Amino acid sequence: MKMKKNICLFAAVLLLISALTGCQKSQQAVATDGSTSMSKVIGALSETFESDTGITVTYNATGSGAGIQAVEEGRCDIGLSSRSLKDEEKAKGLNETVLALDGIAVIVNPQNKVDGLTLEDVSKIYTGEIKNWKELGGEDGEIVLIGREAGSGTRDGFESVTDTEDKCKYRQELTSTGDVITTVAGNPNAIGYASISAVKDSVKVIDIDGVLPSEETVKDGSYAIQRPFVLVTREKEDLSDSAQKFFDYITGKDANQVIKDAGAIPVK
Amino acid sequence: MKKKRLFESAVQGIFLLLGLITVGCVLIISVYLIVSGIPAIKEIGLFDFLFGREWQSTSSNPKFGILPFILTSVYGTAGAIVIGVPIGFFTAVYLSKLAGKRIRAAIETAVNLLAGIPSVVYGLVGMLVLVPGIRSLFNIPDGASLLAAIIVLAVMILPSIIKVSVTALDSVPKEYEDASLALGATPVETYFKISVPAAKSGIAASVVLGVGRAIGEAMAVMMVAGNVANMPSIFQSVRFLTTAVASEMAYSSPGSLQRNALFSIALVLFLFIMLINAALNFFLKREKGK
Amino acid sequence: MNGKRKFYTFFMRGLMYVCSLTTAALLIFMLCYITVKGAPNVSWKFLTTKPSYLKGNIGILPDIMNTVYIVLATLLIVLPLGVGAAIYLTEYAKSKKTVAVIEYAAEALSGIPSIIYGLVGMLLFSANFGTCLLAGALTLVIMNLPTVMRTTQESLKTVPQSYREGAFGLGAGKWRVIRTVVMPGCIDGVITGCILSVGRILGESAALLFTAGFAHALNGILSGLTSSGATLTVALYVYAKEEGEFGVAFAIAFILMIMTLIINMSASLVGKYFAKRRRV
Repeated sequence: MKMKKNICLFAAVLLLISALTGCQKSQQAVATDGSTSMSKVIGALSETFESDTGITVTYNATGSGAGIQAVEEGRCDIGLSSRSLKDEEKAKGLNETVLALDGIAVIVNPQNKVDGLTLEDVSKIYTGEIKNWKELGGEDGEIVLIGREAGSGTRDGFESVTDTEDKCKYRQELTSTGDVITTVAGNPNAIGYASISAVKDSVKVIDIDGVLPSEETVKDGSYAIQRPFVLVTREKEDLSDSAQKFFDYITGKDANQVIKDAGAIPVK
Repeated sequence: MKKKRLFESAVQGIFLLLGLITVGCVLIISVYLIVSGIPAIKEIGLFDFLFGREWQSTSSNPKFGILPFILTSVYGTAGAIVIGVPIGFFTAVYLSKLAGKRIRAAIETAVNLLAGIPSVVYGLVGMLVLVPGIRSLFNIPDGASLLAAIIVLAVMILPSIIKVSVTALDSVPKEYEDASLALGATPVETYFKISVPAAKSGIAASVVLGVGRAIGEAMAVMMVAGNVANMPSIFQSVRFLTTAVASEMAYSSPGSLQRNALFSIALVLFLFIMLINAALNFFLKREKGK
Repeated sequence: MNGKRKFYTFFMRGLMYVCSLTTAALLIFMLCYITVKGAPNVSWKFLTTKPSYLKGNIGILPDIMNTVYIVLATLLIVLPLGVGAAIYLTEYAKSKKTVAVIEYAAEALSGIPSIIYGLVGMLLFSANFGTCLLAGALTLVIMNLPTVMRTTQESLKTVPQSYREGAFGLGAGKWRVIRTVVMPGCIDGVITGCILSVGRILGESAALLFTAGFAHALNGILSGLTSSGATLTVALYVYAKEEGEFGVAFAIAFILMIMTLIINMSASLVGKYFAKRRRV
């Protein structure tokens, strides 16, 4: 009986200690939080980093806005955003470092006969001016607009390039890149947008103004719908040792091949 | 002796403290929600907030009207009740009064299992079976809709309705039923005209419990309802009070009107739940009082 | 019997059968669907590896470990609190009002939807500790407090008053009576409370998404508690909704279903065991 109590007490003390140490940011693991579009890139990078150094990297795929928020509130070490920081966010003491470039692919169901659209068509579709695939040379069917939640970097990038901010008539607002792909893959009349690094074979990527998104077309700017992958850090506060190591590694030259393999376009 | 008394009162003090923790938690949660929920309501205006028909939290000219969410939550819950309660009620009567021992044990095990399955599993099945099913059955462009959410919620509240109703029906004294049977009523008449009225507070409690569970569910609904802030309509993609909070909470900046408005939504939801709790308490007390 | 009554009997009986069949069909469908879609994807490798983008592997070991950590941490904190509260209510509280207030508070807590817990937990705990399992566990503590309190209270009520009186009569102090007579009597309530809490923790998603996050990193228990991680249920949500890996999601659903089954069975076994022992 006594023994049991002692064990309990010991465990409670241990827990308390772990709770207290949790307050400090000196822990081993590096916490990242943010864009769901970056899951592949960050996942691959943190894996190679982990096998090299033994430091674990956690990644919460919450969305760009959420990642920026989390850094600002000190809930994570490095925020991941798939859009550039806004001026008011920079004013709050946040720094941005561009990690890579990414194209936003416009995707449709593989059964869809439409292979290419103009940028103007895309905006007209998303603002509800064009309502049926028939008008674009496809089969008769009401276009189902799939988009991302407000706060998503992909949505931000897409809407600013297509000039449809606050005007999109979404049928579904989904909270992640993967969800958009699954939904478009499951509905013959759907259209959506997602990071090219994440696109799977279950959906068809269509060309915009005759250009398909690829490493070259994104890099030289001929594919219009693109945005940067950005690392967000706090200006005033230094990163923890392990977080700094991770940061140096992923922004260094060695990381380029991994980034490329994960489908994004390194900037260096 | 004095030392001992001191020790005893210290122990009593500690237990009192432990006892008051629940009260403390409730107070903290309520105060937190009220304090953080009021500012946005003040800024937007109570009327515009509750009865505004448009929610555009991130546009350059933001609008914060939560009528679509309130109505969606109310319609969604009502729909789930309309579908779930009759099915659950008749099943409960069958289980409690008619079913053989083996059948009853089998169904009850399954019901308990379903009651324990995480809500996201219901969402998952709904996403893959219901949403495409509704799309092709009703020939609409997309199946993620209020209807899908209602059906998922109805299935989710079924176990709690059955369990609570069966308990209430089981506790009806056998003499009531015997008396009725002796007077020449058929068994079925006896069940519905004697047993059910005798257990009505318990059954009412099960309904209220179902309402509580349906209105508070977030994840399962999020997976099937499409999540656009439309005014509710059966085949439209909709957003509930719970999903409104869940989908925007993570990226709203602290102190911004958007986040404060989300707290206000949570406050509204909290008030709904408190009302439901009060109703539940009322029915349970009546049940106990008998 | 006149026609109207005959019809009533026939109609109500029919309704009962139709509804029961619907329920049974639903139950069977859910169970079979999850099993058929999930079971084939469960493999030893799936259970014992961590996900890797480089190798294209998906394993749920980190999620299993996170679930274990969060269950342990939550129980460790909630048990003393819940049992203490129950002891106060049954042994110390004299005024009926205090009891009523505390019981009402417990009832209110159990009625609050988990999304609200998530919200409050995020601001109360995650803002201080970071998004981590510990913040999630603390949130779950508040959620499970009423459960543990209620089950303990129920079992304390079954400790015969005469035991206590006997001990007092022998000159034992109140604390001693509680420690030696009352506490051993509430062990079944504590166990039942634990089982029910584990069930609730396993099924929780909304409250954990915002407090514990959803990373799939594999950690030891201490570093695990201070870094973010997904429990099985949260991982199920992430795989289904965020990544579109339905096979994985169903495999987790299948595992969770089996665990729920085990939990339900052990709860009823514990109940039966102690009921038998009490009678003897």
